[in-house]
Amino acid sequence: MSPDQSLVQVDGLSVEFGDVRAVDTVSFTLERGGALGLVGESGSGKSTVASALLGLHRDTGARVTGSVRVGGTDVGAATDAELRGLRGPVASMVFQDPLSSLDPYYAVGDQIAEVYRTHAKASRRAARARAVEVLDRVGIPDAPRRARSRPHEFSGGMRQRALIAMALACEPQLLIADEPTTALDVTVQAQILDLLHGLREETGMGLLLVTHDVGVAAESVDDVLVMRHGRVIERGGVADVLSAPRETYTRQLLSAVPRVDAVREERSADLGDVVVEADGLRREFGRGKGAFVAVDGVSLSVRSGETLGVVGESGSGKTTLGRMLVGLLEPTAGQLRHGGAEKQAKGVVPGVQMVFQDPVSSLNPRRSVGESIADPLRARGDRDEDAIRTRVRDLMTRVGLDPAHYGRYPHEFSGGQRQRVGIARALAAEPRLIVCDEPVSALDVTTQAQVTALLAELQRELGLALVFVAHDLAVVRQVSDKVAVMRRGRIVEYGSVDEVYGAPQDPYTQRLLAAVPALDPAAAHERRAARRRVAAAAREARAAGTEGAESAEGGEGGGTGKELAAA
Amino acid sequence: MSEALLASETPGTGAATAPAPASGARQFWRRLRTQRAALVAAAVVALLVLVALAAPLLTALEGQDPTSYHPGLVDSARGGVPVGSFGGMSADHWLGVEPQTGRDLFARLVHGARVSLGVAVVATVLQVAIGVAVGLASGLGGRWLDQTLSRATDVMVALPLMVLALALLAVVPSGFPRPVLVALVIGFVGWGGIAKVVRAKTISLKSLDHVAAARLSGWGGVRIARRELLPALAAPVITYAALLVPTNITVEAALSFLGVGVKPPTASWGQMLTSADVWYQAAPQYLLLPAAALFVTVLALTVLGDGVRTALDPRAASRLRIGTGRKREGAA
Amino acid sequence: MTATLSASVATKARGSLGGLLGGGFTGFVLRRVLGALVTLFVLSVVIYAVFYVAPGDVAQITCGPRCSPAQVQQVSDQLRLDDPLYTRYLDFLRGIVVGHDYSTGTGVLHCDAPCLGLSYQTDQQVTELILNKVPVTGSLALGAMVLWLILGVGTGVLSAWRRGRATERILTGVTLAGTATPVFVIGLILMILVCGQLQWLPFPQYVPFTDDPQQWAWNLLLPWVSLALIEAAKYARLTRASMLETLAEDHVRTFRAYGVKERSIVGRHALRGALAPVIALSANDFGSMFGGALLTETLFGLPGLGRELVHAVRVVDLPVVVGMVMVTGFFVVLANAVADVLYAVADRRVVLS
Repeated sequence: MSPDQSLVQVDGLSVEFGDVRAVDTVSFTLERGGALGLVGESGSGKSTVASALLGLHRDTGARVTGSVRVGGTDVGAATDAELRGLRGPVASMVFQDPLSSLDPYYAVGDQIAEVYRTHAKASRRAARARAVEVLDRVGIPDAPRRARSRPHEFSGGMRQRALIAMALACEPQLLIADEPTTALDVTVQAQILDLLHGLREETGMGLLLVTHDVGVAAESVDDVLVMRHGRVIERGGVADVLSAPRETYTRQLLSAVPRVDAVREERSADLGDVVVEADGLRREFGRGKGAFVAVDGVSLSVRSGETLGVVGESGSGKTTLGRMLVGLLEPTAGQLRHGGAEKQAKGVVPGVQMVFQDPVSSLNPRRSVGESIADPLRARGDRDEDAIRTRVRDLMTRVGLDPAHYGRYPHEFSGGQRQRVGIARALAAEPRLIVCDEPVSALDVTTQAQVTALLAELQRELGLALVFVAHDLAVVRQVSDKVAVMRRGRIVEYGSVDEVYGAPQDPYTQRLLAAVPALDPAAAHERRAARRRVAAAAREARAAGTEGAESAEGGEGGGTGKELAAA
Repeated sequence: MSEALLASETPGTGAATAPAPASGARQFWRRLRTQRAALVAAAVVALLVLVALAAPLLTALEGQDPTSYHPGLVDSARGGVPVGSFGGMSADHWLGVEPQTGRDLFARLVHGARVSLGVAVVATVLQVAIGVAVGLASGLGGRWLDQTLSRATDVMVALPLMVLALALLAVVPSGFPRPVLVALVIGFVGWGGIAKVVRAKTISLKSLDHVAAARLSGWGGVRIARRELLPALAAPVITYAALLVPTNITVEAALSFLGVGVKPPTASWGQMLTSADVWYQAAPQYLLLPAAALFVTVLALTVLGDGVRTALDPRAASRLRIGTGRKREGAA
Repeated sequence: MTATLSASVATKARGSLGGLLGGGFTGFVLRRVLGALVTLFVLSVVIYAVFYVAPGDVAQITCGPRCSPAQVQQVSDQLRLDDPLYTRYLDFLRGIVVGHDYSTGTGVLHCDAPCLGLSYQTDQQVTELILNKVPVTGSLALGAMVLWLILGVGTGVLSAWRRGRATERILTGVTLAGTATPVFVIGLILMILVCGQLQWLPFPQYVPFTDDPQQWAWNLLLPWVSLALIEAAKYARLTRASMLETLAEDHVRTFRAYGVKERSIVGRHALRGALAPVIALSANDFGSMFGGALLTETLFGLPGLGRELVHAVRVVDLPVVVGMVMVTGFFVVLANAVADVLYAVADRRVVLS
């Protein structure tokens, strides 16, 4: 291997699955120690490119053409033994879902040791020691003990750290990270990205980061390739591309990304009566020792024409709260009143609807979308077929669907269109209140922007009350008038958008906001430095014994958020 | 704004390559057609069903019936060995005669097909009906109903089908037509597995968002079960039922082999095998024909059942091709 | 995100019984044992009710079609069929716990705990009858089980490893043929060939292990092989399907992406995950053996539990039939519970779900 060779050289790479061309003549190079981001929406072929670097398409029925050289090895022409030698020592891969990517039956340390022993002539004992060493390196506290734990005993962020440790075990020249933070909460995401950055500085390895999130790329790479439909649309330095995109698609993509610091369009505060009012709502699951409080004493109220954003990380109880508001779940305790009524609401109430997260499971695959939209009409007793069809067609037009598609089935629609069908179905019942449970989290950013715009427009026109439940702080900021930040079943901060985002009072809110990736690499760099200072301070404090040994999650993300917010 | 939005909607978002559950039946046939083994099996099964249906016609064509004794065709001095070569094969008796009784073997074989297939089909229909009812009620009902029915299901699953069916056949009234009785007993005993499958599937379906949406629309439980749940249960139920049929054929044959299932003079393959070992030298076809009939029937039904499963669950099928990344070890 | 969300919702919505007994491993074991006990109770009620409230007239069926009304009445008295069902059932339960005394016209017959009643035909204690037959069925079952587990799991693993190649196609064909063959057909043919035509082995005849271990094995060889061949086919199909499923999982992809050898992936990572259904089936089959290997025993004339049951059914000896069905159910439930707990020891994740 000559030293002047690039770490990765991809030339005219195409990958076809049957008739589908997932990757279309993609070429790029990555120098030693460089960091390259592959950015694109779903179906852009970015992950397929990443797999091709390790020859993972071999024997799967995919047709791979073009040349791929990684660390001097021609991946297409390599023998199986050569390929195995490439995987690990030259290039290691970190996958999206850290839980399913580790074998549930073996201890994490043993799995890392196995990978190490595959490539290095080492004794079992030495391999295990190596596993502990890399686990410690990625910031897993008490690594010798934790190495004996199995993946399910780790939290999401710890699992991703363990996967990264596995990648480090063989000291690769290249780390390929395929959506490494997509399954993680935003605070954990920031920690993992910081870790990757630190490792790169330390070991000098190259990084190929595959992500749909422009912000994640902005924080982590030097150069970026924007992909769409299997092709490279735009390439260049990350700062250049993000600040001055040349291609229309890149501009569209960037303008669709919701930002916590963007100028908000003025929302007309034309508020009506209170539509729903909750007082001390509480919900427990299970009984006795196994009981778990999902929502713990939540009080809120929403007026017509108003949007309440409920934001929180996974496990914060926001979905449970949403389901209680529409009557799909009964509260264990507390009061829930609809439309200013004195009476406590019980079960499903008319006039309250929901838009669901998953565009696949929220529509019955065996019924036409028209029939799904007509469901609330028929349920309330409408019998006039013509009137029902006319109304459904109107609704379809209203949400931006072609009314001629009445008889089509859900699988014939894209994710965004299916979400529109769900919105039309919710509107059919002429509701006062719609609770949207993560309505855009399964969608690509450009589609996301369209769906949130539609919701806002409908609200203005119909004077609806909306509760918008989401994990994405930027999206919530964009659509809401008021925001409730939830953590562990409680609302930790509640107020107008400007109050909560402009001057967060609660440390958790501050931490959340600090963790949101910025689109500006320079700003990202500054914030990273700030996070580091906080982490270092926290470590010192812990060393001084003023604070108990916290988990990596709480420990690194913790500390004074004020400084972070200021950065 | 709608036009503009439609135009800019990225087509890549909702993979339009997803399987089409809407045109379910057509999809199913298309997928089944691509499996050669399943097609051959389907043809064999169709032939068997035809033979079973046309059994009286076929025997009339031969000029025999399955129950008449022909004492003249067996050598009572040698213990009832069929007279003549090849177990008494002749133009009158195409496949020879039964040892000892001299009953026509061809007639008994084709009438045996009636019993085998008939019992298996009736038993399967019963098992599916009971299993779906219990599973649905268990999955949709309250805690107590679910607990009770789940326990009952556990009991049915815990007891080996053969043991319970055999034991039950001891206490059923003897006046009933025996094949009907065997079908009823197998049907009432073997529904545990399907009830479990239906319950699990119901519970997972129940938590899907489109069911929640139907609730929010204001529909009641019965309508939701019928519109949202039952259609989705069809695929797993059909898959399971397709594999129950061959099992039931084996169980019927086994019970009859043990002498407690279908009894003479009614012809049944299992019962024909009861005493076949004694006669294998003199009349090998008396052993081989019912054995082969059983083998071919169960094999064809099993292959067809596998084919149905593959056609209904394409994920399982594609798993065999994509993502398993077999290595060419030889090249190394 | 989606996955994490739904997973956390699932953990939250854990069963209420779980809450009552507490989480963790002890709670899991307690729950499992309690569940097994409830199932056993339901099992005994269902069996008792089914057999004594059968559609036909029990006394008439037991006595036979040619019995006079007086004879039928006598049977009815002896089986105490005129008493209410629940008192008879409670009596039956008490018999299991403390034993039972039966008065026959001439004297008192004692039945020791656990008493499952007396044979109607021979007045022998059902428990004793069953215990006498256990060695025969046990000899048959244990030998066959070892064979079929090795053969079946081995074949399944091999065909999953060699998927897409000639080896797999041949193995799949053979196992398919195996599942389509009833054990009495393969047994018959083997017996005719090996014992009849070739005379390599004697026609099987049970010799107790304690009498002559060599003869014991020699005589059981053919029943073992016949039973194992058929069962192995079932296990091979299950293992293969289960293996293919785990081979498609994400963590297998991880190890491929790290250059781990296919042999290690199949043998370590895929097999480990694929074993759960195989263990569950083994437990079920083990328990079922207490109903006897009905067909194998009948075919080869081995005097085990299965042949006893067939005999009892033929002569309508109801107490024996009911007793044997209950014992079978008991052992299946027991074996399943033990398997579940053992499995949870090996894989604590089970406890969480």
